[in-house]
Amino acid sequence: METQHRKWHPIAASSDLPLRHTFHGQLLGREFAVWRADDGYVNVWENRCLHRGVRLSIGINDGAELKCQYHGWRYANRTAGCTYIPAHPADAPARTICNRTYPAVERYGLVWSGETPDGELPEISELEAGSPCALRAIPVNAPADLVTKRLAEYRFQPNAKIDGQGAEITVETAQDGHLSLSSVDGEVSTKLLLFVQPVDSNRTVVRGVLSDRPKQEDELRVFLHHSRRLSSLRDLIEAEAAGLPVPEPMQPVIHRVSEELASMPEQTLSGRTAPLRVEVSRKWETAAGIAGLKLVPVGEQLPTFQPGAHIDVHMPNGLVRQYSLTNGPGETRHYTIGVKLEPDSRGGSQCMHREVREGDVLAISEPRNNFPLRRDAVKTLFVAGGIGITPLLSMARALHHSDLPHELHYFSQSEKHMAFPEVLERLGSGVVPHLGLDPAETGKQLKAILSRYQPAMHLYVCGPGPMLEATRKIAADHGWPDNSIHFEYFKNTNEVDDSSSFEIDLARSVMTLQVPAGKTILAVLRENGVDVPSSCEQGACGTCLTTLLEGEPDHQDVYLNESEKSSGNCIMTCVSRAKSGRLVLDI
Amino acid sequence: MTARRVNDWLEQELLDDWHVIADLESMEVGIDRRTKLFGVDLVATVFATSEIRVERPDTGRSVASQKKYGFLWASLGSPDRDVVEISEAREVDRHLVTGGSIAVNVSGLRLVENFLDMGHFPFIHTDYLGVEPHTEVPPYSVEISSDDELWTRDCRFFQPVASPTAKGGFMVDYVYRVIRPYTVSLYKSNPNQQERMDSIYLFVQPVDEENCVAHPYLCYLKDGIDEATVRWFMQLIFAQDKPILENQFPKRLPLDPRAETPIRADASSVFYRRWLRSHKINYGAITAAG
Repeated sequence: METQHRKWHPIAASSDLPLRHTFHGQLLGREFAVWRADDGYVNVWENRCLHRGVRLSIGINDGAELKCQYHGWRYANRTAGCTYIPAHPADAPARTICNRTYPAVERYGLVWSGETPDGELPEISELEAGSPCALRAIPVNAPADLVTKRLAEYRFQPNAKIDGQGAEITVETAQDGHLSLSSVDGEVSTKLLLFVQPVDSNRTVVRGVLSDRPKQEDELRVFLHHSRRLSSLRDLIEAEAAGLPVPEPMQPVIHRVSEELASMPEQTLSGRTAPLRVEVSRKWETAAGIAGLKLVPVGEQLPTFQPGAHIDVHMPNGLVRQYSLTNGPGETRHYTIGVKLEPDSRGGSQCMHREVREGDVLAISEPRNNFPLRRDAVKTLFVAGGIGITPLLSMARALHHSDLPHELHYFSQSEKHMAFPEVLERLGSGVVPHLGLDPAETGKQLKAILSRYQPAMHLYVCGPGPMLEATRKIAADHGWPDNSIHFEYFKNTNEVDDSSSFEIDLARSVMTLQVPAGKTILAVLRENGVDVPSSCEQGACGTCLTTLLEGEPDHQDVYLNESEKSSGNCIMTCVSRAKSGRLVLDI
Repeated sequence: MTARRVNDWLEQELLDDWHVIADLESMEVGIDRRTKLFGVDLVATVFATSEIRVERPDTGRSVASQKKYGFLWASLGSPDRDVVEISEAREVDRHLVTGGSIAVNVSGLRLVENFLDMGHFPFIHTDYLGVEPHTEVPPYSVEISSDDELWTRDCRFFQPVASPTAKGGFMVDYVYRVIRPYTVSLYKSNPNQQERMDSIYLFVQPVDEENCVAHPYLCYLKDGIDEATVRWFMQLIFAQDKPILENQFPKRLPLDPRAETPIRADASSVFYRRWLRSHKINYGAITAAG
């Protein structure tokens, strides 16, 4: 049985995967949810939602993600990572919520997979040359070895003489789960490959593939011929199997979820690392002064991202910068970012613009999402200023794909300064450009956009500092509550005052440390071997957010909103400090 | 799986408890009703005298039985406590409705867990108990009471048609209560008299480890609603749950905390599974040890 687990088996026909369908497959007792995304990729997943075990084969294939029927959890094309949990719309799901995937190869009109197949799917020489044509699958209630044995007795006519009687059948190869038969009648001959899919110990699917597609006028008669004859053979095999003892059903192992998911997932701790390697597969000028970079993985599949997520890019010159992903849902073969050339660049954007070329390999972090998108709004407004479009583009694409009401207001100098025009075009009438406005005109326009707040509307803003401040203020003046306004700064332009010195207590690590003037909490933690996640390290991105248990914080970041700041229960350890002599952190 | 012999290992608490085995309204005098409890065949008969008998064909003996709340109850052991006390059943301004018995091909414990769950409302009971995009499950509290019941309080959820008489959507308050391993109830705000609660009790009949029958019992205020509508609404809701529950895999409820992935909204289920572990209830469950 073990050898069966290490082999490739057909589990579906290509025709079982029409547009946005989800197919229920099974192999060696294990069920699969098999679905094709709109980009053509075939996903073979364990047929269970990680949440409550509901079959994903009854889920909804939206072309980019598979959505579980029960609680609406969404899993991304390719990675099977969870991108959204509707019960907690303001949270970004833990990156480790990832369903089990199995290899998938589509060839000869069939989809092939296996538990842990060795090597590549072997070529089947008989099917390499012609135009293979898969027949209707025939399920049989009998063990696979019995079916394989009896299939050697299958008799059929060649395609070109389908109504004849006198064909000679030769069994050319017969091996475990795979037979090659040749039917010769006078001048004409046809090869038929029969693959035996062991569904369970007493259930098998026979998948026939003709080495050559019949002529169109013969097609129906050829298909009927095989359908009838294979069905008759099935009846004989099933009658024989009925006389044998019924084998125990197979018990596929259901793997346990990781330990950190067993309780409510918390943010995983990791330093500022760059475990991924990507190649710049394309670099182009997507707008005046803005470079588009398409990053493809070197080796492994890229991890799942969520709309609003950013990556740290470690540049050849040693600098680290954060860039938002612009990808749409299910677009998991690459990350695409937009980089604006900053005139007062400290070397980051200059390096990306001038030094990085197509073919270069960059080190990047896994995507982090500190700007999660809720999908439970009655309407969502996006306000983008300049390069602030990038995270909002990814968000708007997710809502657009799911037909959720939204407007994307894009403030830009001119049409030629608008980034990713080809993507904007696909978003259609949801995009509202506001071009060439001065600050006063921008304010007037924002007032018009934000004047009609209704409960359960949400606003996402990203852009230059002054515009962001203006938008937040106008929204607040028009009755938008703090928790409906979501924002992301590119950078913290506040002057950071690091003159204070104080003590920090780490509640969980049971440590007391001194933070001297001139040094950040984060740096002190690192020096003492406490690993905490961080990214921008200037109080803008939100990655180092830490729960504050006691003490009065001196907030110097631009990530937290006013009510979060005044709540006094969280702090950004990369820039913020203490007004009291001591802070107790939940670390 | 099905081969385990019931009296050898069935938890005493379950063996000695009362379980609904039929809705009396669905039984006719003199016509035998065949059913199962914990995998044991039972034959129930109602006589013209209105007496009842429940017999085990495997032993030829009768088992303990009684009629209450419109149901026929049986116990395979020696009951040391009565069926659950329902005080609302004495309030004269309520309809007391048996909701029709619905067989579901899944462990009864999975059914209880689904009853405790709000997160599925927008997806399974679309346009009735929930609707997208109102999917958020706000924090709520869970506790074990001094008499060892599981109470879930301060549950709130936006519902477009919370009950048959609701006009338009509103935030509905819920209280859930697990009374016994296979008995659960909920109390939700009545749309007309928001200070009073309608209540629903769910008595789950464990047919075997992977099959159950849901017997709902509804205590709805009569104000503005008739009995048939109450029953129709409940059957609609249960019929929406059934196909989802029958697609849960494995069919028994896993008690290993790492078998599935709980989120904050699942606090009630996390507590329920823990509570079952502490009661050493394994019937219909996959134990943590495997």
